[in-house]
Amino acid sequence: MDKKKCKHGTLLTVIFTIISVLYVYPIILVVLNSFKKKAYISKAPFALPTGKTFVGIENYIRGIEKTGLIAAFGWTLFITVLSVAVIILCCSMTAWYIVRVKNVATKIIYTACLIAMVVPFQMEMYTLSKIANMLHMDNPWGIIIIYLGFGAGLAVFMFTGFVKSIPLEIEEAAMIDGCTPIQTFFQVVMPIMKPTCITVAILQAMWIWNDYLLPSLVLDTKKYKTLSIAIQYLKGGYGSVDMGAMMGVLVISIIPIIIFYLACQKYIIEGVVAGAVKG
Amino acid sequence: MEKAIKRYFPIFVLPTMLAFTIGFIAPFLLGVYLSFCKFTTVTDAKFIGLANYVKIFAENDFTHSLIFTVLFTIVTVLLINVLAFAVAMLLTKGFKGTNVFRTVFFMPNLIGGIILGYVWQLLLNGILAMFDRTLTYSATYGFWGLVILTLWQQVGYMMVIYIAGIQNIPGELIEAAKIDGATSPQILKNVIIPMVMPSITICTFLTLTNGFKLFDQNLALTNGAPSKASEMLALNIYNTFYGRTGYEGVGQAKAVIFFIIVTIIAMVQNRLTTSKEVQQ
Repeated sequence: MDKKKCKHGTLLTVIFTIISVLYVYPIILVVLNSFKKKAYISKAPFALPTGKTFVGIENYIRGIEKTGLIAAFGWTLFITVLSVAVIILCCSMTAWYIVRVKNVATKIIYTACLIAMVVPFQMEMYTLSKIANMLHMDNPWGIIIIYLGFGAGLAVFMFTGFVKSIPLEIEEAAMIDGCTPIQTFFQVVMPIMKPTCITVAILQAMWIWNDYLLPSLVLDTKKYKTLSIAIQYLKGGYGSVDMGAMMGVLVISIIPIIIFYLACQKYIIEGVVAGAVKG
Repeated sequence: MEKAIKRYFPIFVLPTMLAFTIGFIAPFLLGVYLSFCKFTTVTDAKFIGLANYVKIFAENDFTHSLIFTVLFTIVTVLLINVLAFAVAMLLTKGFKGTNVFRTVFFMPNLIGGIILGYVWQLLLNGILAMFDRTLTYSATYGFWGLVILTLWQQVGYMMVIYIAGIQNIPGELIEAAKIDGATSPQILKNVIIPMVMPSITICTFLTLTNGFKLFDQNLALTNGAPSKASEMLALNIYNTFYGRTGYEGVGQAKAVIFFIIVTIIAMVQNRLTTSKEVQQ
């Protein structure tokens, strides 16, 4: 940050404070409406929940019951955490290998990863859901493998970018001291790669946690729902949307993310920046 | 050393490659093949040549969604990057509260597209209700609704990248320009913009591909209403696959065209902006 005092500093602070309040207003609006009786939400969304329009936490209870939100939350967490862990582990290993071993095969793998980053999901969605179905991967365990496959492009690309900057001497010294490649990787390379691991983890977690289309096509949604599927189900499952339940569900989905973000924002923003520089 | 590592292929590469084959390579190749077939499930595919591709243009919904998507992408790429850059410039001036503002502007990125769609549906329909309109009254409302939502979501992300780019410019460079008598607009045009060109490259790339691939927000905010008028490419392909039986092949052919368009744009954009980057 610039140390010297900036011109119009106070004025800018005031203007940006107003913009910031407007910026979070959509979310505040949803929170306010989540306490209103459902009939009043679409009719007068800007009115405050007072007197006869106030219903307490009724919307939340109905929303949770209708969508199975607690289970959806658990599955989303399960899928996100495990997928990210598997992606970090497998892709960092692959990236190290394809940088250190130079042959036609590793070159092809690298190029395939580059292509995978550009391909839109619509190109794959139908065939992927059929293949997942045939291989019985339409459950939260199977989808982790699919996320590994689909996330490998970006992750391998980012890890290779970093591995190229690690001096070879460190690893050679470890090998001469008698380390096997596996020991070298986990005891020497992995600790150096920690910042890249965090970056990849953040980018992948943001994507997987919020992903809607892939899990909705791959998972057996009668048994397993993720948060995005649960919310969309509220819209699709009934003739008219229960706006009360919808507001409650939206708030429950948003609040944990915001708390998580405020706690780790430094890493998240740094991760995004680091990812952009290499991407 | 290379030889020692080489033998470990099954441990280091095989798991990723197996998943990559299942999750990416196989669906991709099968997808390309199926775009030349008539099928309702993968097993009953019959080769029919280019018939699916011809069928796409027999109706004008695909062309309409293509135009809608292109317009949407142009508008959002320009607005997001200009706004994000301007906010980044201001937030690097070092006044009180810049960190808080940065945190606030980035926040929407953590929230999923489906959730964002419904949040904005409430707000925008509430405002439009005062004029007896809804988001689905005509495609124009859906278009600008999506633009506003996308701006709200992505300006913060790009801003963070621009801030990092601006902070990387060595202070001496700007000082030197000032001593040489350069005015602020001149410094911006001749020093700052060339120096943040790598950030501009990545931000235009991200906003371009995000614009073309937009799906969740489109599904939640308008779902293509009224009668497909606000349907973007990704949603159009989805509806072709899952909305009408017997059109799976056409949907796959549309997806192939979609893939080709996105690839060409990514390549052209990369050429254009990287050529403008300067070496530090």
